[in-house]
Amino acid sequence: MAHKFPSDEWVKAVRELLNNSDSYQRSAKDWEGDFIFVVEPDEEYADTAYLHLELYHGSSPGAAMVDPDNLPETEYTLNAPFSTWRKVIDGKLDPIQGMMTGQLKLKGNLMKIMRYPKAAQEIVACCAKIPTDW
Amino acid sequence: MWHFVSPRIVFGESSLSSLEEISMSRALVVTDNNLVQIGLVEPVLDLIKKSGCEVLVFDDVEPDPTLAAVELGKVVANDFQPDWIVGLGGGSPMDTAKAIWVLYERPDLIPAMINPFIKLGLREKSRLITIPTTSGTGAEITWGIVLTDSENNRKMGLGNRENAADIALVDPALASGMPPQLTADTGLDALTHAVEGFICTWHTDITDGLCLNAAREILHYLPTAYEASQSDSPNQERFKLAREKMHNSATSAGMGFGNAMASLAHAIGHVLGSVFHIPHGRAVGVCLPYTIEFAARGEDPSRIADLAGLLGIKGASSKLGGKFAAALRNLSQDIGNPVCLAEVGLDKKNFDDQLEKMVDDAFNDTQIITAPRAPSYQELEQLFQYIYSGQPIDF
Repeated sequence: MAHKFPSDEWVKAVRELLNNSDSYQRSAKDWEGDFIFVVEPDEEYADTAYLHLELYHGSSPGAAMVDPDNLPETEYTLNAPFSTWRKVIDGKLDPIQGMMTGQLKLKGNLMKIMRYPKAAQEIVACCAKIPTDW
Repeated sequence: MWHFVSPRIVFGESSLSSLEEISMSRALVVTDNNLVQIGLVEPVLDLIKKSGCEVLVFDDVEPDPTLAAVELGKVVANDFQPDWIVGLGGGSPMDTAKAIWVLYERPDLIPAMINPFIKLGLREKSRLITIPTTSGTGAEITWGIVLTDSENNRKMGLGNRENAADIALVDPALASGMPPQLTADTGLDALTHAVEGFICTWHTDITDGLCLNAAREILHYLPTAYEASQSDSPNQERFKLAREKMHNSATSAGMGFGNAMASLAHAIGHVLGSVFHIPHGRAVGVCLPYTIEFAARGEDPSRIADLAGLLGIKGASSKLGGKFAAALRNLSQDIGNPVCLAEVGLDKKNFDDQLEKMVDDAFNDTQIITAPRAPSYQELEQLFQYIYSGQPIDF
């Protein structure tokens, strides 16, 4: 069943895949730091959405689409317009190349995240596996 | 959208003399003491001094340069206040020079904070010249910086497009005296850059030609360059040609992979370098045939087959990966290099004791994310074992 992006069920599906990914568990086994993915409006999507993904020691304890008035404090935020997220999830834009060219904007401890490139890749790989309704 | 970054490159015979044309007031030369001892540094200093430039040499760079060496160099730079920094040597001095330059310009940073996602705002105080004395690393071109975190025994892939050099002086005379082992190791490093730059998932139309031509030239000229390194009469024209072709090809490969990425052989090679201190070129050269075989057995081996075909390897496309790997092993043997880690001389028990750490570190090396076939953790562990024993990949 396809999940609408962005939505609560979509980010919960990411969480479930991460928790079943041996590659993610291995590559992020000592990772601590939650993310908020911010989906910004563009010509394809009129709203702003916030997807919270909890990440701790190779698993994801929780995930939810969150209200902008009650954003949890997270170590990282990754912002991009809707159409850029779509390119990433469709595998047309490598997220690290996207960050290097400013198409995705990452805020947080960059020194730490540089030590976990495989974990970052696995998160995107899980996103790409979810049948997505655009 | 992507970027292609390169210094101005002055190359060919006597290109070093163009140093005289660069207006410099205070130059900090970052190099290693071995190069000072063998007399490669002095001619460079003489050329810089001709314009009245004041020069300071920082020669505390060791192989596999550490964060501490960079921090020390930063102190030296802050004291000396250069308007040019010159990285002279192999990859270690040139990468160290890049890092010192960044920290000199940005004293608010530590080396681990040099990443590709931020604006550095360099070139306010100084500029960077790179001068390779080996034909392999491509560090004269690339913006990547590889430093060793000696506390955790791990190599760190750092760098930012801004810290690519302003000028690269690629003079074959500086590498013409490389001894046989260094010729072989650095030549295989350049070959691995060319091959991985072509097959990695970040390859582009702009980088493909550079990588392909470099791979072709290195396969052709490396055996002769190695022969030159053993010859009593190394000034024969064919030797000089081979040396120059290798020097230029290493730079071309640097432009290629430096604007694409390397791949799995580098991810594993970095770990072998940090844990067992195997010279970088030897480490990646040993790994490359295995990672080619592994990629060729993946879902889409077309990129490997394309490259093998373009390099003149003939056969059914399904067999080209294996034939390419065999050709690479033959080349290594022809130039006296090992084809497996057992031949490198690693003790098996020591290897096994370090295996979990090595697989962990390789699994999160920056170069693994562009592998044409991404290994699972278990596959990566198997790869290490096969590379140790010399067994061709069958999974």
